[in-house]
Amino acid sequence: MTFLQLLPMLFVLAGVILYTVLAGADLGTGVWQLSTRDHDLRSRVYASIAPVWEANHVWLIFVLTVLWTSYPSVFAAVSITLVVPLFLAAVGLILRGTAYALHGASSGPDDHREIDAVFGLSSVFTPFALGAVVGAIASGQVPPGGGGDQWSSWLNPTSILVGVLAVVLGAYLAAVQLSADAVRVGDAAAAAAFRRRALASGALAGAVAVGGLAVVHADAPRLFRGLTHGAGLACVIVSVLLGLVALGMVWRRRLDPARYAAGAAIAAIVAGWAVAQRPDVLPGLTVAEAAAPTSTLVAVVVAVVAGGMIVFPSLGLLFGLVLRGRLDRPRRAETTAVRAGRRNRAGLLGRIALACFVAGAGFTVFGPAPALLAVGIVLLLVAAPLGFLAAVPPAPPEPVADAEQSG
Amino acid sequence: MGQAIRREAVVGGIAALAAVDQHYLDQARQMQALSFTVHIPLVCFGMAFPVLVLFCEWTALRTGSEVHLTVARRWSRVMVALFAIGVVTGTILSFEMGLLWPHFTGTFGSVFGLGFAVEGFSFFVEAIFIGIYVYGWDRLSPRWHLASGIPIAITGVTGSFMVISVNGWMNHPQGFRIVDGRVTDVHPVRALFANTFMWHEFVHMYLASFMVSGFVLAACYAVALLRGNTSRYVRVALTVPLTAAAVAAPVQVLVGDWAARTVAEHQPVKLAALEGLGHTTTGAPVHVGGWYSDGEVHFGLPIPRLLSILAAHDPNATVRGLSSFPADVLPPVNVVRLAFQTMVGLGLAMALLAVCYLWVRFRRGRAPHSPWFYRAVVLAGPAAVTALIAGWVTTEVGRQPWVVYGVMRTEDAVTGASGIPVGYGVLVVVYAGCAAAVWWILRRLAGKPFPERPSQVPEEVGSP
Ligand code: HDD
Ligand code: HEM
Ligand code: HEM
Repeated sequence: MTFLQLLPMLFVLAGVILYTVLAGADLGTGVWQLSTRDHDLRSRVYASIAPVWEANHVWLIFVLTVLWTSYPSVFAAVSITLVVPLFLAAVGLILRGTAYALHGASSGPDDHREIDAVFGLSSVFTPFALGAVVGAIASGQVPPGGGGDQWSSWLNPTSILVGVLAVVLGAYLAAVQLSADAVRVGDAAAAAAFRRRALASGALAGAVAVGGLAVVHADAPRLFRGLTHGAGLACVIVSVLLGLVALGMVWRRRLDPARYAAGAAIAAIVAGWAVAQRPDVLPGLTVAEAAAPTSTLVAVVVAVVAGGMIVFPSLGLLFGLVLRGRLDRPRRAETTAVRAGRRNRAGLLGRIALACFVAGAGFTVFGPAPALLAVGIVLLLVAAPLGFLAAVPPAPPEPVADAEQSG
Repeated sequence: MGQAIRREAVVGGIAALAAVDQHYLDQARQMQALSFTVHIPLVCFGMAFPVLVLFCEWTALRTGSEVHLTVARRWSRVMVALFAIGVVTGTILSFEMGLLWPHFTGTFGSVFGLGFAVEGFSFFVEAIFIGIYVYGWDRLSPRWHLASGIPIAITGVTGSFMVISVNGWMNHPQGFRIVDGRVTDVHPVRALFANTFMWHEFVHMYLASFMVSGFVLAACYAVALLRGNTSRYVRVALTVPLTAAAVAAPVQVLVGDWAARTVAEHQPVKLAALEGLGHTTTGAPVHVGGWYSDGEVHFGLPIPRLLSILAAHDPNATVRGLSSFPADVLPPVNVVRLAFQTMVGLGLAMALLAVCYLWVRFRRGRAPHSPWFYRAVVLAGPAAVTALIAGWVTTEVGRQPWVVYGVMRTEDAVTGASGIPVGYGVLVVVYAGCAAAVWWILRRLAGKPFPERPSQVPEEVGSP
């Protein structure tokens, strides 16, 4: 196996970790949504995930696209065998996304009982289904050529265990995050409420994980051996320790560091899973065998690295703004710049736009050579915005009162 | 060595599965079509709406116009809601790539997957800046706020560029070879981005996004106007999108002509299906309306020589007819033809409306007065969406029976999973439920205007 063949798989695993930590927390908020009738707590839940919701979910797209580009046959085999849980997860995501968008559009305390219920329920079964998919892959239920059983492949003890674990872990991460957010906006009652929930769900997550080892021992001996020997064992131990550290931090109200520690614990267990089943992705199919041709792998790596150089600074900006609370409080409204006396250039612009349009039309329709056709298209694409600027009515400052009327 | 053989066995295994099990091809197609029909109009808003919102904010900054600021604020909330639904419907499509067409993705993922991977990054950046933009009103300085919206507009374009490069590749595959049923010699960058088929699709789709967002928004406010609300808010919120759609519409017709010529060059079967041309003809006509059967169009209104003129700019050009192709590579002619005629008819009608509007604006320096004009605008909203879907039906159904044109047939790509009809039913119910919910909430919103200024919403701070 060359490093190039492995590298995209590392990207995929990193994506899985980030999705579990970021989107897991965000899905977990739905569990707390279900657990309370208190309207204030509920709106806190939506408010806390609002700015980061979309960004968190793109990690899933990242995982899927890198997987199907770099290891197409693995993607195909997983989709064929695990069609049911994947479809359930997809439906859950539609329901949840729509509920979330609807919440954004509605307002007031009585507006969204039903919406909240849909949001909460889909927030539970989506991570369960995705966890079950991971469990099925980890326990070797997905044959490389497709054709695994559509039900027993994911309704077996290990898959169910991982599904439940995904739900509980998400709830735990969410509670920590919600508590930290409440502290930041100075809401002590909510902070305490969510801290209690964080401690309870954290303890539960730990119990499920450790108790789960017994299930894995009975159900997926190969995975168990991987997780209890060598590097796999090291990962498990690190994960347990980090999990304990995280819980301790929640106990001592050090909430933001607790999030990182919990994230690291999850990263360690995912790494443990990868180590445990190496070098196979699916039973009898190694990473090297599944990898796409070199030219594709190079292109993927270049794309991911270049994309990362854009995405990570942007993400840093977003999380920076959120964590510093910049998106919580309005700053003092600044007066907007008023530059009066704009010359009316509409007539001239309009004529230029028309000229570009006519010339562009001529080149596009009659241009004999591809180069002229290209010129024509460019002219047309210049004509459109110019025409827009010329035709859209100018906006002189007007009395404010009028603007308050609604449509 | 041994590895290569094992891999071949796996790919071969997948292909073998396809051969036995394809009972659910039709349901899978309809499921795919349904998901696209939901996703594509939404992504039009992802591409064009940020530009309109930014234009309003920019105008407000430049001139101090409060109305434009109110419009931009209100629209930015709609934008984020539509974006959220665009994200989930897009995620469904990503799942369906595997759930419905595993053999397509499994065989060619290494060739076209790159496009979706880059698209993913693009939407990533879009999602990040949408978060900053929409939740940053009054939290960032006006200039930085405006600047934070620019990446949204750019990434909407790059994202759709990537998806369309994949579609262009499916219609005009290149950048790989098939040796003994295996894909080798893969050059993903060349396959996707050196492809001559994608450019017309990209430009045509980008303009379509402005027509769809522009006319749909304008239609909403035209309803308000017709009901007697002539506030400045409504007038601004009507004219900005209407103008954007109006400048795109005439250009769209010319770009459509370019699209048709490219199709004539690369996919002669599709061109013959667009017109329903049964036999190879010199000086081929176009029939408006009618029904294709037995090699000719019945009850259509013929326009002599038009097809030759459109396809080759020569009234005497020879156009290949459907009968000159083997029967097993013909797409369903009537579906393609009807879709194409719908798109062209609606496109011409909207272009006419646009020219009327621009004429009044430039000649008289004002918006049209006639209520009939605004009634037409109300119709243009659904018309644009219909033309959009019809256009994609033309492209996609016109490509049938191939999923990768000339290389892989759709029936060889489809999954063998037995639950497809159930999945299809569930998806229909879920989408219908979501549509009903969105409708309900929009009605409620229209009934009670919500406060705009943050000073009036202390308890809802930070929520959309
Ligand atoms: C608002 C939408 C809209 C409007 C008004 C038009 N189109 Fe269109 N058309 C599309 C939206 C669209 C589309 C949905 O965006 C498609 C699907 C694939 C593509 O590239 O663009 C498309 C495809 C498409 C194709 C097939 C391209 C292919 O298979 O690659 C042709 C030949 C045309 N169009 C031609 C026209 C003509 C001659 C029009 C003149 C009136 C026209 N379109 C108006
Ligand atoms: C970027 C990529 C793609 C775009 C933009 C696209 C777009 C569309 C659209 C708009 C439709 C028709 C909608 C309707 O009938 O109402 C459609 C139909 C369809 N697409 Fe695609 N598609 C893409 C990729 C794919 C892929 C990857 C497949 C699968 C292998 C696929 C297979 C189909 C099939 C089978 C249909 C239904 C055709 C029929 O009804 O006969 N498309 N596509
Ligand atoms: C006509 C073809 C398509 C166009 C123009 C298009 C464009 C877009 C755009 C602009 C968005 C941004 C979301 C928004 O603004 O609402 C989006 C979202 C998305 N699209 Fe499409 N898309 C098309 C087809 C597809 C296909 C075939 C797939 C999948 C296989 C797909 C997958 C996605 C995904 C996964 C997202 C969500 C990205 C996110 O999480 O931000 N799209 N699409």
